[in-house]
Amino acid sequence: MTIALVVRKSLRQHALSTAITAISIGLAGALLMAIWVVKSQAHDTFTRVDGGFDGVLGARSSKLQLVLNAVFHLEASPANIEWKDYLTITNHPGVELGVPIAMGDNYRGFRVVGTLPEMFTRTEYDPGKRYRVRVPGRLFDPTLREAVVGSYVAQKLNLQRGDHFHPYHGLNFDEEHEHEEEYVVVGILEPSNTPADRVLWISLEGVQKMSGHAAESATQISAVLVKLRNPIAGQTLDMQYNRKENRLTFAWPIGTVMAELLGKIGWFDRLLAVVAYLVAVVAAAGILASIYNSMNERRRQIAVLRALGARRVFIFMSIILESVAIACIGILIAFVIYAGLTSVATVVMRAQTGVVIDPSAFHPVMIWAPLGLIGLAALAGTVPAIKAYWVDVAEHLLPSH
Amino acid sequence: MLLEISQLTKSFLNPEGVRHRIIDVPAFALAEKAQVALAGESGSGKTTLLHLIAGILKPDSGSIKLAGREMANLSESERDHVRAENIGYIFQTFNLLPGYSCLDNVMLGMSFGPGADRDFAERLLKRVGLGDRLRHNPRQLSTGQQQRVAVARALANRPRLVLADEPTGNLDSKNAREALKLIREACAENGAALLLVSHDRDALAGFETTVQIATINRATAAEGVSA
Repeated sequence: MTIALVVRKSLRQHALSTAITAISIGLAGALLMAIWVVKSQAHDTFTRVDGGFDGVLGARSSKLQLVLNAVFHLEASPANIEWKDYLTITNHPGVELGVPIAMGDNYRGFRVVGTLPEMFTRTEYDPGKRYRVRVPGRLFDPTLREAVVGSYVAQKLNLQRGDHFHPYHGLNFDEEHEHEEEYVVVGILEPSNTPADRVLWISLEGVQKMSGHAAESATQISAVLVKLRNPIAGQTLDMQYNRKENRLTFAWPIGTVMAELLGKIGWFDRLLAVVAYLVAVVAAAGILASIYNSMNERRRQIAVLRALGARRVFIFMSIILESVAIACIGILIAFVIYAGLTSVATVVMRAQTGVVIDPSAFHPVMIWAPLGLIGLAALAGTVPAIKAYWVDVAEHLLPSH
Repeated sequence: MLLEISQLTKSFLNPEGVRHRIIDVPAFALAEKAQVALAGESGSGKTTLLHLIAGILKPDSGSIKLAGREMANLSESERDHVRAENIGYIFQTFNLLPGYSCLDNVMLGMSFGPGADRDFAERLLKRVGLGDRLRHNPRQLSTGQQQRVAVARALANRPRLVLADEPTGNLDSKNAREALKLIREACAENGAALLLVSHDRDALAGFETTVQIATINRATAAEGVSA
């Protein structure tokens, strides 16, 4: 194909501008894909991750704070609730399972959460998936100072079965606030790609009666994770706790609460998208400028090709194809940059929330962004292509040119 | 006849905006496989005449019949096609494409006409003595060698007519003689007619038929331009 030869040679002759414009296209493509995929996956993941529970009962506060604190282990706990509140909700006929959790301590920045063994024995964090302890290892004995450590914590702190640690008071790590109790790691959880991976799990009583905690905390918990028998029970509890009373808050359904959060920060996604679109337009303009600026040196070459019998359409198409070729090279670069960007995003998200996204999963943006960029590049190429189309052959064949 | 010209005129606007006639050729003809030299000084309309014959320019009036087709009546695209199929062009400054190897340059000469024929392109380059320079960039060659690549390219589409525009203008006398000899031999071997224009009397010396452009172009003859 003569046109392929002409395009290839031109790309090589203008290698530097080709590389720069291809990289700018690559950046635009990578940004577009990364923004859409991370946004989409984060939305899917954060609205899906509920630890296998439908709702959270906690002290009066916003539903979002409750969910972030009890499910994602991110926010501060609003306040404690009484043990009898746990008993009340678990005895509700619409509640299948209630698991109390108590928080307030950390180990080197990772939360120490007190709970009952039912958290692991009766909960499916995803349909059909239970938390599993690596072999050899076992769940903590609620009567002893034993801990089961989330996989991410174990990896980051290099904790192994048999290791001992002292929890620190508060949710933020402060070396001066070390508790005197010593816990032994009896098990490491298999990775679940949920916030549980970022937690050191001990018995509920362990947190309640930790030295230095207020005496009343011995009968208090931070929240109750609730699994319902049916959605109607959720509406009943919502009515009971959120509308008829004002002492407690029942955050339900968890996915909807998170969706509301993501909806509130949707403007940021849109802002990023606008930036990515602008980068794409600038990159396409870069193609236009680089080819257009090289037209002076190209005119003689175009005239020679025309003298050899090339039609105007051939010249026009060769410029368009050159633009498209630059975009295609850029798209290859885009996927490389995309892989890097999303790898970083995945690591950061896992470190911050325990939730893991899968950037390799297909998303329609992986089709429409490259096609859009190719289209944009072709459009940008039309300006220099029109200029090339009208090159005066006779004039540019003269020796003086 | 391969080429028949009658009542051909072409004019351009000069920088002052006045239309200036460059070509006014009542009649000119070239037989198949003939080799004719067209002599004339700079500005006598030689290059413009070649551009008209090649279909690069469209005449104001008159007729150019090339290989039985009336060029003046053809669309630009059709003239491109006739040129690609029937005409080989040799330029004073060679006009080889930089970044393309010698072989690529020659293959380009056939790509828009009969289609790429690598074997034939290699044979042509061997014929002009550059069989060992197929992959070389023209910039790596001497001017004489570059002109030889240009000769091979002009013959690549198996043309019926080769137009050579001051082909020795950039060569020293030794290279000029050799280039001219090569052009004439190669055209003869490939059955192509040759119309060569030059202002160099030495270059024209070997031609049996040399036409002074002033004798066929009334436009420049009237201005006193003569060979």
